[in-house]
Amino acid sequence: MGDRPADIRVRDFLEVDCGLTADEAVAEANRCLGCKKPACVDGCPVNIDIPAFIGLIAERKFTEAALSIKTQNMLPAICGRVCPQETQCEVLCILGKKEKPVRIGQLERFAADEERRTGIKAPVKKAATGKKVAVVGSGPAGITAAGELAKEGHSVVMYESLHLPGGVLTYGIPSFRLPKDIVKAELDQVLSLGVEVKLNHFVGRSVPLDELLSYDAVLLGTGAGLPYFMGISGEHLNGVYSANEFLTRVNLMHADRFPEYDTPIAKSSRVVVVGGGNVAMDAARTARRMGAKVTLVYRRRAEDLPARLAEVHHAEEEGIEFITCANPTRILGEQVVTGIECIRMKMCELDASGRPSAVPINGDTFTIDCDVVIQAIGQGPNPVLVREIQGLERGRAGNVVADGDGRTAHPKIFAAGDVTTGAATVILAMGGAKKAAQSINSLLATR
Amino acid sequence: MYTIEKTHEIADKIFEIWVNAPHVARNARAGQFVIIRTDETGERIPLTISRASGDLVRIVFMAVGKTTHALAAIKAGDAIADIVGPLGHPSEIKAWGTCVIVGGGAGIANTPCIAEALKAAGNTVIGIIGARNAGMLILEDEMREACDELHVTTDDGSKGRHGFAADVLKEIVAERKVDAVWIIGPTIMMKITSMATKKKGIKTFVSLNPIMVDGTGMCGSCRCQVAGKTVFACVDGPEFDAHEVNFDQLMQRQRYYMDQEKEALARWNQHVCSCGEGR
Repeated sequence: MGDRPADIRVRDFLEVDCGLTADEAVAEANRCLGCKKPACVDGCPVNIDIPAFIGLIAERKFTEAALSIKTQNMLPAICGRVCPQETQCEVLCILGKKEKPVRIGQLERFAADEERRTGIKAPVKKAATGKKVAVVGSGPAGITAAGELAKEGHSVVMYESLHLPGGVLTYGIPSFRLPKDIVKAELDQVLSLGVEVKLNHFVGRSVPLDELLSYDAVLLGTGAGLPYFMGISGEHLNGVYSANEFLTRVNLMHADRFPEYDTPIAKSSRVVVVGGGNVAMDAARTARRMGAKVTLVYRRRAEDLPARLAEVHHAEEEGIEFITCANPTRILGEQVVTGIECIRMKMCELDASGRPSAVPINGDTFTIDCDVVIQAIGQGPNPVLVREIQGLERGRAGNVVADGDGRTAHPKIFAAGDVTTGAATVILAMGGAKKAAQSINSLLATR
Repeated sequence: MYTIEKTHEIADKIFEIWVNAPHVARNARAGQFVIIRTDETGERIPLTISRASGDLVRIVFMAVGKTTHALAAIKAGDAIADIVGPLGHPSEIKAWGTCVIVGGGAGIANTPCIAEALKAAGNTVIGIIGARNAGMLILEDEMREACDELHVTTDDGSKGRHGFAADVLKEIVAERKVDAVWIIGPTIMMKITSMATKKKGIKTFVSLNPIMVDGTGMCGSCRCQVAGKTVFACVDGPEFDAHEVNFDQLMQRQRYYMDQEKEALARWNQHVCSCGEGR
């Protein structure tokens, strides 16, 4: 079915990508060679048996396909949409060498959507172990760990400081990329395992640390929600937002529907988004849907944009203007933003990430008129809880230091997701959470 | 949902509500705040914790905008959708010596708790509470109880001394040795009043109330300039050294959504008129 036309979709927040029809999915599934040693599986952070579920789709056994995925990944409708398959499973598909790789992400999504349409079956769980685990945060890491631990028969309490669960899936990723009813459906399925979710609980404040440590084990999945600011002048002007704030106001609080909803947001005609990652694309496309002309400023070249290529294309189709090789130097205005001054950047030798380091060209500045500036230059690990727990080792970025299996320096505390890695992807957080859940399992088995 | 157990208009347009929220009440300490959301379409707003008792949290607020008007209209037995907290750091309670607690308007809300905590820590506590007029003065009894001495001022002279709390504070710091001061009230009042202690270098705390969304350090909406650095009032505060705060910038940021706030309030008033809800 493909994407909805750009001129229509910029007027609403409905999903851009309509997915595959059953016939399209079956045809796509039939392209899969069913490799004996499937390289795609190696690229999947949660090791989904990709040829197996694709084989089931080819046989039109859609629900079975979804169940097959769900033995490894409880959130297939979400991952089918937001995983960067093009750099994970699909890039390793043998068909990609000659033609196009199998569209694994689309097939995953299709199977999950079909299962949801026909009624999700409650997952099976083992007999109660009597062990209690606290999961802090209800984003991708927290949900995954909670689901895995509940399936093992542990009693799980999941704490969330916001009034809705889902973490970045709820407050961060816009509904045109990830509809919120899908987030809710996959979350509800995890909660149906008996996971108790306590909303409005800010662990460390609403839940004292001694209470937290009274659980048999703790999984920290508090994410990377600390917004970075550039530190340039004018950042305190009205109209300067972190991408987190802008997206939260819209996704969580529905400020786009003010005054029906009470949360306000800038009435803006011209927005500049700073940054080149997925969050920057989300912010730009959200502002576009609210009627603004949007310019995105990125300090390196177009080919260095860290966002998924598909998101960059979507943004371009929707009329987002890209200015690359430029970096803001100050934000202009008296009380409210009136513009942003940028300097052109020269691309120099490649750095450790394989991208050219960007160096400002002295004196080569220009100004963009705007009334809103959204900074989407990255987020750090949420520091509040982490810095208050004695016995945790913290990395330079304020992240929790954990080994590959989610173990921290504290014997009872495990960690997964962005709080350990800094801002990364949903699926990496889920992969980390699965491993941490296994480590917790082993710990609880020995007691 | 969190039940409002009691509600009462304690002064002109100033209300107290007691919310059943054990997770907040059992962990609250003087100086902290909550974020509430009245209903499914509501916004998240920060309000100071006035007192905690058992499973109940007392919030004292003035009906100013749409959300506070809606909150004031909730009847005992009804509920609000969300309350998260306690948020922020508690007040720095220790044996300072002599402390002065200044509360202005609805900002008096959490001064009794701070005064009590300081008293319990062995301090001599002097209270100054000021309001526009006698009808808007709140929690005088609690402050009288908590403080060793209490001064009352009104802008119009209808009760206590005719003038501002700042006038009394100036006199006290001129006459006596004061070791720490808390000033809590409208931003402009905190700015002006804290000048009284600046020259003498008396440690002075103000409780900042910028616009917030999540209240847990994730959006940066509440960023303020303190000692030339950007801080988040929600997780780094809400109390900061008064003499280092950039109040002008805070006031500028507090005004950002004024037009929308007016629009929302107008809609609310229309709603109240048409369905007879509210007070």
